[in-house]
Amino acid sequence: MHVPDGFIDVPVSVAAGAVAVAGVGICLRGARNELDERTAPMAGLVAAFVFAVQMLNFPVGAGTSGHLLGGALAAILVGPYTGALCVAVVLIVQSLFFADGGLTALGVNITDMSLVTVVVGYLVFRAVVAVLPKTRFGVVAASAVSAFVAVPAAALAFVGFYALGGTSDIPLGTVLTAMIGVHLLIGLGEAAITAATVGSVLTVRPDLVRGARHLQRRLELRQPGQGGRPPGDRDARERPSSSMTQEA
Amino acid sequence: MSEHTVRNRRFAIGALVVALLVAGVVSYWASSSPDGLNKVAADTGFGTQEKPHGLDDSPFAGYGTKGLGGGFASGAVAGVAGVAITLALAGGLTLVLRRRAAGRPVAGRAADGQTTDGQTTDGPAADSQHVER
Repeated sequence: MHVPDGFIDVPVSVAAGAVAVAGVGICLRGARNELDERTAPMAGLVAAFVFAVQMLNFPVGAGTSGHLLGGALAAILVGPYTGALCVAVVLIVQSLFFADGGLTALGVNITDMSLVTVVVGYLVFRAVVAVLPKTRFGVVAASAVSAFVAVPAAALAFVGFYALGGTSDIPLGTVLTAMIGVHLLIGLGEAAITAATVGSVLTVRPDLVRGARHLQRRLELRQPGQGGRPPGDRDARERPSSSMTQEA
Repeated sequence: MSEHTVRNRRFAIGALVVALLVAGVVSYWASSSPDGLNKVAADTGFGTQEKPHGLDDSPFAGYGTKGLGGGFASGAVAGVAGVAITLALAGGLTLVLRRRAAGRPVAGRAADGQTTDGQTTDGPAADSQHVER
């Protein structure tokens, strides 16, 4: 969905640039609180992985392809602020080194594919995780749903920019219908890749999935219970040599 | 080296190998059809407004490598270079942000009027480690 130069006029491109700068600025502040000893080493890897998988265009219907956007995936793995920064870095690298995504369109592309996919993807993820069972399956299913929704959301954001500053006179309704239609299909691919990746990391290193930390805490709280302590026994917490303090 | 460090290193190497294989090898078989936006642009007509990219002559433009033709090696080198550049930039940015966060006074202690001497190197990271255990 990399917008080339020329689709969106200069004033709207500049405005999108301002939105992108503001959004990235907020993320730079927010990411400081996310970058703990587990997330920090992950951030570079997540960006590199998103870059790699974005190269894998998969076919969607006749003569059309799509690729991962990665906002939902990155937000689930390393948190929304760091995740948005990861995708923004990918988009900057693609535009500057690979001539993919216009230079004047960088603001549009960062807004659409980083900020919008992360915000929408992460909000949907949190909402779905909250209603599903607190299991790995719940997290993987929520990942799929959030990734699926994030793609047409990014397409909608592009149509928004087109409505404000499109350089052609193609009717808005035509562009909207076509964009949403094809990106619902691409969303299925996004969902599959996101669910597979989150599921894989959950299998080998569940502690590295930021969006699954609620599972981690649950497991840690349960461990002392293995000794037969009934759940909710608060006295156990006050015993000096309680198993609570030991790492399993 | 603690067991934790070994496990982290193993995971990082594994993830990196996957990324390099995807970008350097598997991408060769990626679909070359136009993506959703380009297809819509061509079908509806606004694609004619596209202007050439200002960096179309750069060494890796279009995910190929200048001088290596249009075959497997061209895409493989570009893909591996892209993974390396992205890792370096995102990893570097993370490092800078972490250093800054570590240099910042920890909220609770600052409110008590105490200095953070001797604790600044680990900062909030060390705190969160405590909480999570």
